Amino acid sequence: MSNFLPKLKRAAGLAALVLGASLVLQHSAFAGETLEKIKARGTIKVGVGTSPGFFSPDSNGKWQGFFVDFGRALAVTVFNDPEKVEFTSSSPQQRLPALQAGEFDILLSGVTQTITRSFKLGFHFGPVVFYDGQGLLVNKSLGVTKGTDLDGATIGVQSGTTGELNIADFFRKSGKSFKPVVIEDTKEFIAALESGRVDALTQDASDLAIKRTQLSKPDEYVLLPERLSKEPLAPAIRGGDDEWLEIVNWTVYATIQAEELGITKDNIDSFLTSEDPAIKRFLGTDPSLGEAIGLDPKFAYNIVKAVGNYGEIFERNIGKGTPVGFERGYNQPWTQGGLLYSPPFR
Amino acid sequence: MRELGMVGISVKERFFGSWGNTIVTVLFALLATVIILPLVNWAFIEATWSGAAQSCSERTGACWAFIVEKYRFIFFGLYPQQAQWQAFAATGFIALPVLITAIPRFWHSRLVVFWFLSIGLAVALMSGLFLGSPVPTQQWGGFPLTLLLAVVGFAGAFPLGVLLALGRRSQMGIFRALSIAFIELMRGVPIIAVLYIATLLFPLMLPAGASLDKLLRVQVALILFVSAYIAEIVRAGLQAVPAGQYEAAQSLGFSTVKTLRLVVLPQAFRAVIPAFVTLGIGIFLDTTLVIVIGLFDFLNTARVATTDAQWLGFYAEAYTVTGLVYFLLAYAASRYSLWLEAHLRPVKAEPSKQDMTAIRFPAGEKGAIVMRVSRESVERAA
Repeated sequence: MSNFLPKLKRAAGLAALVLGASLVLQHSAFAGETLEKIKARGTIKVGVGTSPGFFSPDSNGKWQGFFVDFGRALAVTVFNDPEKVEFTSSSPQQRLPALQAGEFDILLSGVTQTITRSFKLGFHFGPVVFYDGQGLLVNKSLGVTKGTDLDGATIGVQSGTTGELNIADFFRKSGKSFKPVVIEDTKEFIAALESGRVDALTQDASDLAIKRTQLSKPDEYVLLPERLSKEPLAPAIRGGDDEWLEIVNWTVYATIQAEELGITKDNIDSFLTSEDPAIKRFLGTDPSLGEAIGLDPKFAYNIVKAVGNYGEIFERNIGKGTPVGFERGYNQPWTQGGLLYSPPFR
Repeated sequence: MRELGMVGISVKERFFGSWGNTIVTVLFALLATVIILPLVNWAFIEATWSGAAQSCSERTGACWAFIVEKYRFIFFGLYPQQAQWQAFAATGFIALPVLITAIPRFWHSRLVVFWFLSIGLAVALMSGLFLGSPVPTQQWGGFPLTLLLAVVGFAGAFPLGVLLALGRRSQMGIFRALSIAFIELMRGVPIIAVLYIATLLFPLMLPAGASLDKLLRVQVALILFVSAYIAEIVRAGLQAVPAGQYEAAQSLGFSTVKTLRLVVLPQAFRAVIPAFVTLGIGIFLDTTLVIVIGLFDFLNTARVATTDAQWLGFYAEAYTVTGLVYFLLAYAASRYSLWLEAHLRPVKAEPSKQDMTAIRFPAGEKGAIVMRVSRESVERAA
């Protein structure tokens, strides 16, 4: 997500990643091991990053954020206690090797799910919790409403990222032209837009949303709706442990399903008397389902009661009412035109 | 007649005495207005000292309210707030042996015992042993962590470094080869690689089920890394001790160990103390690299403090404060090094003063070998 470390370290990290991954591939296969270890230890070890709204310790040193809440939800599934989870900050360079080395049980640090990471590096991914993608941040005074309106515009891209290739592809496909300005420093990146040196900035939309808040007049700028690349951010775990993967899957699905059913942290108790069989199965008022899967029949109820549904997690940490001010975009239930879709709880 | 030199020259002459001086004066005055005035304006006049992030965004200066809000996090990281006095006290017990060792009057073998006690107490405090509620090392952070890594990294590496230096000069081929291999390997890789190996590769080499605390692994890696550099400094010191010193000691009947302990090493250390201080400053600043393996050292806590969604974007304030702390400590250490160098010089020039005695071989002849040893050591040898 963010690019705060110089390229040198990124190269070193890549070397470590390759070295680490090649070593560990020989002894993967941890079937069922992770959950046993977690239960013996009494806490879940979660690797996170540091980025406003997504994961950051507050002034009291307590971790807060969008991904952090999914870590707490996981602790509810396993222990029925949102505090039985230990967050460790991990740099983008070392997070995957560290997961492989067993430093974490799960990475909730905004890892993009890719085929290489699944097959070559041997990771499993849970459901996508955040659909990110490269966006465009422009000055409202340009009167631009979509990316293709930027014909002939000067666009700032951060050096050392894939952003430059994506934007070139985007304009080539639409037969339009643009002038790229490659900018290294983050402060300068923002300054270029404010001074009018560039007409637009392009980067991962989540990064741009945060950058927008740091402009002196954020309201004069707008994040265009297109996404030029796919950056599905998903929880990552070590390959080979199916049991743990399913726990992660259904923890995330529980938050998504709750939003689809309109169940929130505050109104959940009013649903306990519902006669709708789908709600009865979901909340565990009909315990037969929980018994069948070997989890606490009320695990979904406990999750929503502790951290809220997906929408609540989103709005509380990165939504419109927060300084990050992110639009729901793709990140809303399929029933409302988004990409969030939970398989049925049956 | 006027005396030459800066003292006697009037202000006018000093700044505008010649064309060259005038130009330099004007240039620097311009530079001062361009850099210093906006800086003072930012840091003091337009600064916000209290309140929430909102009150900061209404003013153009520094937001020191951010530091007021975050100083606990920046200095102690994720350490539990109600137990932070322990981290504070631990900082003192890590710094104490360093301060005492800095004073030549206290240089004594008993210092080693004091080091163990003080650092042990600091680690026990950080672990929360005295309160009965243990604090896992994942929650250690901020200034105490930086200090612990640097101080233990250096102090722990010292004995190992001396052994390696002696090994490298040893007549026994196997020791020499092993020492050279270790030193060159450690000096040949970047510190980041050593940190990655300690955090990522080492756990894979452990037997299944076994695990070693991450901070401990990093600390050991740092000690091994630093020891190679110390070894090379000590070796330089050993080379500065004339061969006559060895020969004289041996002819007095000193064993090899005694020769080293009482005659050679004290002289070797004295010769390279400034190099040790320089290395110490370097290690202290290099500990910031642990950011790449996710430890919350003092620099990382400052960086992470700026990612709080309620307090976004106060990079300048966070880095100004940490930068100042690093600078003050490194600057103090470098001034200390200069003082120490000056303080130690007379001892080298006049070895026979006070507690030192000079032995000549053969007695009284011109061109004889002079060996400097302490009286105590002569008595002990006798």
